[in-house]
Amino acid sequence: MLYEPPVFHIMGDRALLVELGDQITPSINEKVRELLLKMDRRPLEGVVELVPSYRSLMVIYDSLRTGLDRLREEILDLHQATDPSLVPEPKTLSVPVIYGGEFGPDLEWVAEFHKISPEEVIRLHTGTTYRVYMIGFTPGYPYLGELPEALATPRRETPRTAVPQGSVAIAQRQTGIYPVQSPGGWHILGWTPIKLFDANQWPPTPLEMGDLVKFFPIKREEIDYWRSLKA
Amino acid sequence: MEIIESLEILVPGPLTTVQDLGRYGFGRYGVPPSGALDSFSLRVANLLVGNPETEAGIEITLMGLKVRFLTDLVVALCGGDLQPHLNDKPFDMWRSQIVRKGDTLSLKAPRTGCRAYLAVGGGINLAPVLASKSTNLASMFGGHEGRALRKGDLLFSAAPEQHFQSAGKIFTPHGRPSYTGNWILRVLFGPQDQDFPEESKRLFLDSPFTVSTQSDRTGIRLSGPALQRKKDLVDSIISEGIVPGAIQVPGDALPIILLVETITGGYRKIATVISADLPLLGQTKPGDQLRFHAVSMEEALSALSRQEQMISNVQKC
Repeated sequence: MLYEPPVFHIMGDRALLVELGDQITPSINEKVRELLLKMDRRPLEGVVELVPSYRSLMVIYDSLRTGLDRLREEILDLHQATDPSLVPEPKTLSVPVIYGGEFGPDLEWVAEFHKISPEEVIRLHTGTTYRVYMIGFTPGYPYLGELPEALATPRRETPRTAVPQGSVAIAQRQTGIYPVQSPGGWHILGWTPIKLFDANQWPPTPLEMGDLVKFFPIKREEIDYWRSLKA
Repeated sequence: MEIIESLEILVPGPLTTVQDLGRYGFGRYGVPPSGALDSFSLRVANLLVGNPETEAGIEITLMGLKVRFLTDLVVALCGGDLQPHLNDKPFDMWRSQIVRKGDTLSLKAPRTGCRAYLAVGGGINLAPVLASKSTNLASMFGGHEGRALRKGDLLFSAAPEQHFQSAGKIFTPHGRPSYTGNWILRVLFGPQDQDFPEESKRLFLDSPFTVSTQSDRTGIRLSGPALQRKKDLVDSIISEGIVPGAIQVPGDALPIILLVETITGGYRKIATVISADLPLLGQTKPGDQLRFHAVSMEEALSALSRQEQMISNVQKC
């Protein structure tokens, strides 16, 4: 359900959580994106950080420069102002993936879990265009949805302590890409040579919330070619 | 302005990093703020040596750091008392002092608190990455080569001699927080307190919690009574942005106070530590006892104003 007007929750004395709905849906997430873009275009006094997620926008502010009531009012005004021209079309990024083997140690397990072939897992995973609902967990980590129902898989019972950088993984109705080595409980289907986070580049990640992602299979001989390209 | 070698790390200790006041504005890319856990102490240390308060300093965890000064400098050390010694003599904290080329500063072990902050007149000369010099250890960027300081690392400062006139400033003793190891942290309920029954909120406010050994710059894990959520609710929520100080309650019902190395989370937050008490979180260490005390927004904001007033007094001293 879309919240109209949005629901506000305080997070301490310097953050306001603006909820635009109560579910993971493209339309609610698009409302979050619209509010983010409006706040980018008309920066509010005292706001220091905006963190968009599935269904909410977190606004961190300097409480010595603005106040809760004022901020709430200004955000509501911006939310209600309609200006479709400011919402640009999302980008689509095609992500090359080597599936299975040492690159995707969980591909076989996922196939067995769903009683389908590994090829069918790859076909399902590459056959969907995913929306970047949010970036979080670690810098550049895109939460992509939704995975086809036929691939919905519970998280691993025991998370790995170190998932390699570039791993493409799934859990429940989501898929994601690990931009740096980190712990993780998702099932690893493959690996991409594309770099998803570089603090020394601008922007530091090729993806933004609202963008679209499509995976396509490559062979290991093609790694160097894809590595040489910029995402 | 001349950039010269100012510090050499002789012994790094368990975790010594370059931190400033953090990295804001990149949360949409999943980038957490990082930065000094006890920002109060870093700000005071910087102001004592005549730096802008936003300059980077060195965050020293618990013990063991030994540095050699490579030129005459003005330095200040604030925060937890880790028994600092200059050469072999005890070194005063919360004041700016001139140290000489060849002097060594070493920190033995915590007497009070957990982290000390060393500021150098002329700052730590490093290129900001995503607008900050703070070290992000997990993603390996910022600070000194994106990592903790090691033996042999050299740090540089800009025209340190221009800061000599700042030597001798003292931060008023009544402005220094007391690090008792028995902490009372003021909180505001929310954003998901409505998902906890009254019994859990009472336990949260009435019980002592103990800081677990599995605490780091990402979060302070607590042991104590389980804070059960309302029945019929699943253990996680739809992931959303978080701020340092948010107190998250995951599936095992044991709270975690989130710190500066994370920007999103998928568990309920029963309450959030007020801004004025955030710096204290950086001084808690495993085994310490914490209690939470609920306050109003007005109390939270007036505590913050008093703290800011205290910091602005440094410039006048």
